[in-house]
Amino acid sequence: MNLRRDVFQAIADPTRRAILLLVASQSMTAGAIASNFDTARPTVSKHLQILTECELLDQEQTGREIYYHFNPKKIKEIADFIEPFRSMWDDRFNKLETIMKNYESKK
Amino acid sequence: MERKTKIHAEDGKQDLVITREFDLPLELLFKAYVAPDVVEQWMGTKVLKLESKKHGSWQFETSDAQGNVVFQANGVIHEFVPNQKITRTFEMEQTPFPVQLEFLEFEKLTDDTSKLTMHIVYKSVAHRDQMLQLPFAQGINMAHNRLQTILNKLK
Repeated sequence: MNLRRDVFQAIADPTRRAILLLVASQSMTAGAIASNFDTARPTVSKHLQILTECELLDQEQTGREIYYHFNPKKIKEIADFIEPFRSMWDDRFNKLETIMKNYESKK
Repeated sequence: MERKTKIHAEDGKQDLVITREFDLPLELLFKAYVAPDVVEQWMGTKVLKLESKKHGSWQFETSDAQGNVVFQANGVIHEFVPNQKITRTFEMEQTPFPVQLEFLEFEKLTDDTSKLTMHIVYKSVAHRDQMLQLPFAQGINMAHNRLQTILNKLK
């Protein structure tokens, strides 16, 4: 039953991508993660299981709670280390350039 | 496509440098950093406060389509020299990321072109690397699209 999972399979699902974004900014418990989605709790648990199996998330027991952490090392398998950051700035700056070119012509 | 935006990040260092050349006169490039309505457009965020002067401070806030605030950031301005430089801090609220220090330098290349050099210093090497790996941390909703785009490319 347990198919071999890989990171690409893990990120193919929009809910799992949303979970990654959420946990990326801070570690959270399964309950806290689930409260951000309309999806049924067991469905969220299944997503967390897949993300954990792919090592995109790590689990850490703190007292009675299990916290999920984002594993940045694994995301390197998905995209080059700097490229997403660079293209975010590139997009912003392209926008800036376009806006200011219009700004100039309006005057 | 030409890669106009360059990032220089050395292994094991806690800073990085972003450079970009613009097809814009220096004054217009600088204006894009001080005019709140323009900042709102290219940063994709709401500008609550932007006091472009020494000892001034700034505050941005981004909401999703439902009006929920998804991103808040703020900082103070340490140096402000029109058409030359802005030194400021950048802090994302409600996240574990510590404040970062940003040195922005604006240079005239020709009458119609200019260059921005953005030097960002993080609290530690680990924090820098974390930010690099999580571009979406800088603006969650924007980042979402970003990640989506990256992932679509991989399909």
